[in-house]
Amino acid sequence: MIRVFVPGDAAALSVGAEAVAAAIAAEAAARGIAVTFVRTGSRGLFWLEPLVEVDRPGGRVGYGPVTAAEVRSLFDAGFLDGGAHARALGRVEDIPYLARQQRVTFARCGIVDPASLADYEAHGGLKGLRAALAMDPAAIVAAVTESGLRGRGGAGFPTGIKWRTVLEAAGPRKYIVCNADEGDSGTYADRMLLEGDPFLLVEGMAIAGLAVGAGKGFVYIRSEYPHAFRRMQAAIETARAAGLLGPDILGSGRAFEMEARLGAGAYICGEETSLLESLEGRRGQIRFKPPLPAISGLFGRPTVINNLITLATVPAILADGAAAYRDVGTGRSRGTMPIQLAGNVRHGGLVERAFGLTLGEIVEEFGGGTATGRPVRAVQVGGPLGAYWPTDLFDVPFEYEAFAARGGMIGHGGIVVFDDTVDLARQARFAFQFCAIESCGKCTPCRIGAVRGAETMDKIIAGQDRDANLTLVRDLCEVMRDGSLCALGGLTPMPVVSALDHFPEDFDRPAQACAAD
Amino acid sequence: MAGPAAASSSDTFDAAVVIEIAEGLRGLDGPLLPILHAVNDRLGHVDQRAVPLIADILNLSRAEVHGVVGFYHDFRRAPAGRHRVQVCRAEACQAMGGEALASRLEQVFGVPFGQTTVDGRVTLEAVYCLGNCALSPAAMIDGEPVGRATVARIVEGVAR
Repeated sequence: MIRVFVPGDAAALSVGAEAVAAAIAAEAAARGIAVTFVRTGSRGLFWLEPLVEVDRPGGRVGYGPVTAAEVRSLFDAGFLDGGAHARALGRVEDIPYLARQQRVTFARCGIVDPASLADYEAHGGLKGLRAALAMDPAAIVAAVTESGLRGRGGAGFPTGIKWRTVLEAAGPRKYIVCNADEGDSGTYADRMLLEGDPFLLVEGMAIAGLAVGAGKGFVYIRSEYPHAFRRMQAAIETARAAGLLGPDILGSGRAFEMEARLGAGAYICGEETSLLESLEGRRGQIRFKPPLPAISGLFGRPTVINNLITLATVPAILADGAAAYRDVGTGRSRGTMPIQLAGNVRHGGLVERAFGLTLGEIVEEFGGGTATGRPVRAVQVGGPLGAYWPTDLFDVPFEYEAFAARGGMIGHGGIVVFDDTVDLARQARFAFQFCAIESCGKCTPCRIGAVRGAETMDKIIAGQDRDANLTLVRDLCEVMRDGSLCALGGLTPMPVVSALDHFPEDFDRPAQACAAD
Repeated sequence: MAGPAAASSSDTFDAAVVIEIAEGLRGLDGPLLPILHAVNDRLGHVDQRAVPLIADILNLSRAEVHGVVGFYHDFRRAPAGRHRVQVCRAEACQAMGGEALASRLEQVFGVPFGQTTVDGRVTLEAVYCLGNCALSPAAMIDGEPVGRATVARIVEGVAR
């Protein structure tokens, strides 16, 4: 029986994957051909979605982007035997965009059937957990420390140090919390893994539980990802039924339980302490630190709270050894980073590579420039709190320290590309407006500053008292940066100040009648 | 959020359902959000009258439950339209003409974001990222994603 792979990933579905699968099934039935469907996640080459793949002796061959209307012609061309067609892409692994990547965390995404634990295991899954079961907790923590893995959510805190703090914290009950509240515009890596390789997260969380002595894990998934939430819930049930979760994981006598929880539409719940408040059933307002969540986290217990990508990277570290991971990368940015290309970009998609290639290589060589064909003018790296950079900074290597040294951050790895029609004054205004919409309201610089910032930007855009208002905005940014309790208020100045510094011409418009007057 | 007219025209409040949901989920760790999600899903919104019932079952103050309902964008205080159209207004979608799409949708449906059409057919909501940023502008209709969204595709999606 011929196996045909059609993604069930939300992005692929958004451009017609379901209709394509239905058309292939109907056409195969009409022609009396037996076909087995595997609904995979996405490979992350989104301009090729829906990307249909067919099993061939030398490896899978791909066709994309495919529309339902083209399915008949695919059959006519003999695509089930790898036949030539205008949409034919050849062996998928040989597509340069994929061939030039170093996939570790995303090694299986788009390849395996995310509903099948057997398929997960057949593709190398559970090796990390089996290795961890043979180690004592301190040795697991040591391996993670040695790998150099830093939190992939944005702050880049060393994961091993966080884990060691929880391991050494006293307490009969500890928790693992996975932050899958991927709210940053331009990021979708968490969503892809939840939909395309959910057992990887189960494995990573179970390893974290073994490492620190936690018996329960929560995955907090944002409500904007209904497909991902359903997939993760199903994976947890499957894992429990197979004895991968529960009182006796893989027959080891050790226990770990997991639960998926849905957020309720609040960006601030991606901040770790707000997320804990939300899980406990409260408004997602941030908590003062200290105490650190590692000491007093969920329900007051010692808690490892990690980003999804961080936890999903741990199985590979345990399976292949810390050194293999540490040995790629650059400086203090070790291993690989799932970079997400988005916005006005020709080849938008996921690029997992060792740290160190330049921003320009990512945007120009992988991204292929803008989708509109106009010149790239700005990129925003690291989500809505990340800096807007001009192409002059394209030589900066993609890593934590190099970005910080130039006043930016890599955040969760999202890169949003803008062409030359972008107005950076409006983008700076949006940064304040977004902060005003999403502020939890606990601290004054964020709650009030964001509103005043948007108002002042309106005056600047209208050309009113330009110099005085620009001084005011910079002063406000300083107060927000230094006086806010968490990263939302503290980093909102980053897009604003970077826009002012790198694109001053956009803030120098002739005076107009101001709507606010 | 839907206007007051929509709230009075279709009263979906059912105390028994709220109590059944809250009793069924109270054993969870941190049960309030799962309960509010379930009420929101089953009854279409979290009616003000549900607040004291939930507060009582969880042994919380009414103010505490009310504060949580108000804090999160997902929990409605009044019923929504028959179709929920979420349009991303964040940066990646802005880079691909998302703001022009958003303002044209306001014209087409005749309501600003956050409101429901007079006939109760469509609720237009702004969201900040749907995780489909490589296929922007992005939208979601009744939970189904729309990539490379256009006015025509969204109107067609609502008509289905």
